[in-house]
Amino acid sequence: MSTLRMFRKKPDDLGFFGKLGFYFLLILGALVSVFPFYWMFVVGTNDKGAVFHVPPLLTVGDQFFINFKRVLEKADFFQALGNSLFVSSMVTVSVVFFCTLAGYAFAKYEFPFKNALFVFVIATLIVPQQLGVLPTYVIMAKLHWIDSYKALIVPAMVNAFGIFWMRQYISSAVPTELIEAGRIDGGGHFRIFWNIAVPVITPAMATLGILNFMTVWNDFFWPLVVLKNKEHYTIQIALQQLFTTRDGLDYGMIMSATFTATLPLLIVFLLFSRWVIAGLTSGAIKS
Amino acid sequence: MAEPVITSPHAESKRPFLTEQRRSRITAYTFISPFFILFSIFGLYPIFFTFYLSFFKWDALNPMKFVGFKNYDLVTSDPTFWISFSNTLIMGLMGTVPQVMLALLLAVLLHSGMTKFKKTFRILYFMPNITSIVAVTLVFSTLFGNNGMINWMLNGLGLDSVAFNSGWWGVKIAISTMVMWRWTGYNAIIFLSGLQSIPMDLYESARIDGANRRQQLFSITLPLLKPFIIFVSLQSTIGALQLFTEPYVFLGQAGTGSTRQEGITMVTYLYSEAFRNGFFGTAAATAVMLFLVTILFSILNMLISRGSGGETGGKKA
Repeated sequence: MSTLRMFRKKPDDLGFFGKLGFYFLLILGALVSVFPFYWMFVVGTNDKGAVFHVPPLLTVGDQFFINFKRVLEKADFFQALGNSLFVSSMVTVSVVFFCTLAGYAFAKYEFPFKNALFVFVIATLIVPQQLGVLPTYVIMAKLHWIDSYKALIVPAMVNAFGIFWMRQYISSAVPTELIEAGRIDGGGHFRIFWNIAVPVITPAMATLGILNFMTVWNDFFWPLVVLKNKEHYTIQIALQQLFTTRDGLDYGMIMSATFTATLPLLIVFLLFSRWVIAGLTSGAIKS
Repeated sequence: MAEPVITSPHAESKRPFLTEQRRSRITAYTFISPFFILFSIFGLYPIFFTFYLSFFKWDALNPMKFVGFKNYDLVTSDPTFWISFSNTLIMGLMGTVPQVMLALLLAVLLHSGMTKFKKTFRILYFMPNITSIVAVTLVFSTLFGNNGMINWMLNGLGLDSVAFNSGWWGVKIAISTMVMWRWTGYNAIIFLSGLQSIPMDLYESARIDGANRRQQLFSITLPLLKPFIIFVSLQSTIGALQLFTEPYVFLGQAGTGSTRQEGITMVTYLYSEAFRNGFFGTAAATAVMLFLVTILFSILNMLISRGSGGETGGKKA
């Protein structure tokens, strides 16, 4: 609000054309952000030649189900969607639980080497995933986890970002007096965590959950490395497999699949977007 | 889970040993242990093993054979590695530098009191980030096709078509556009949170002192935003060095991914060395070099950010 006053009082006020340019930029940016989603839908609902139409076709057609039928002929689309759903949910439940526990310990407990251990957790964020990918692959082979969901789930069950995120939130949102009161009443450590801390921090847990779900859902590199068998493919691998030149690129088919695969995430995001973005803007990097 | 319960029987029998303090320490260590256990197995051990592996010749099947620095020699004498290296840097620069500046501009626009529909804009700008990179790449590969929309627009402006899916620069432009599309809005949101954390009265008092908007930008906004700028550019740099999915999907039209020279990156190179050619030793050496480059660029990034911060500070004084 005070920015408004700031702008008005200024000698170099934006003026009408300034404002016009200002909104032009904002709206242009928004259009660029959204257009590919719309384009996905346009191509997915039109016939094969739609992509090469001159001038570009911009209207929604009625060929969606015909296109999508070809997807089902070429790939176990719903199987892949189910696989992604299963893996992402398992990882998310586990990440939220373990990261909340660890974040709670770092925020509310005193123990030797606490700071050093926390710095270590943060430091692991800089290490590129690819650095350890070969030995991790070998470990998976030794465990006979190649081509199994365990290879996707177990290494991802807890992560440094989540611990950092939950610690930030818990430090400010959970009053230490409340925990002490619980302890005086003789509650066990886990009971206090579960009954006193968790109810207060569910918004942060939900945000972490959604962010994590999207990350796992969209992961490509590691599933590509460990998954071999078609029935185990996650949706990302299945999508990539549709993109072949073997019989000419059928963009109508590809985009109907891409759109269907994007839709669930898009809906979830639009439902919870305020949470996600508010969470991102409040807890992201204050430390 | 019931970790704390485990400690109770001891607590009952040996009271002097399991004091309240000890018990709470054990609880804390139990709570943080999942991360450290999993990270040791799937993070720390693989990292050390990668360094070890980079000195061996190995195809993941037969016994390992010590070869010293030979893997590094092999990798650094492979022209494809150097192409992947320069591609990574070029696309990293093209995708990151304009993106961070654009995100900053967007954040300032979004933060301005003038803007209406702020929440809607924020959601729209964030939307690209939730899509999978595979989906993004597929969509953009149609837009960047030879007869695609981008070329149609270029022709409309009286320019020649660009071979976005086969030209040396075309491929790089296409791939860095995908990166920018996905991350600009996300970074704008991060910057926005930084802008929101700057107290308004700083601007009030600056205005009373007669500072104009530009002076306010350079002596209040940018210096106070510095931690956020460092965070965002560091994250973007690290992300750019690990570029894989976009080139892999965009150029891999046979469904098998691609190592085509126009778009091969260090991670694509690593991937094909290990999982297509079965050269785990040279792949490990590549991973080590990728790691060193990442550290180098992270440090460089910090130095530049710090240096530019000092400059604005100097101007102010």
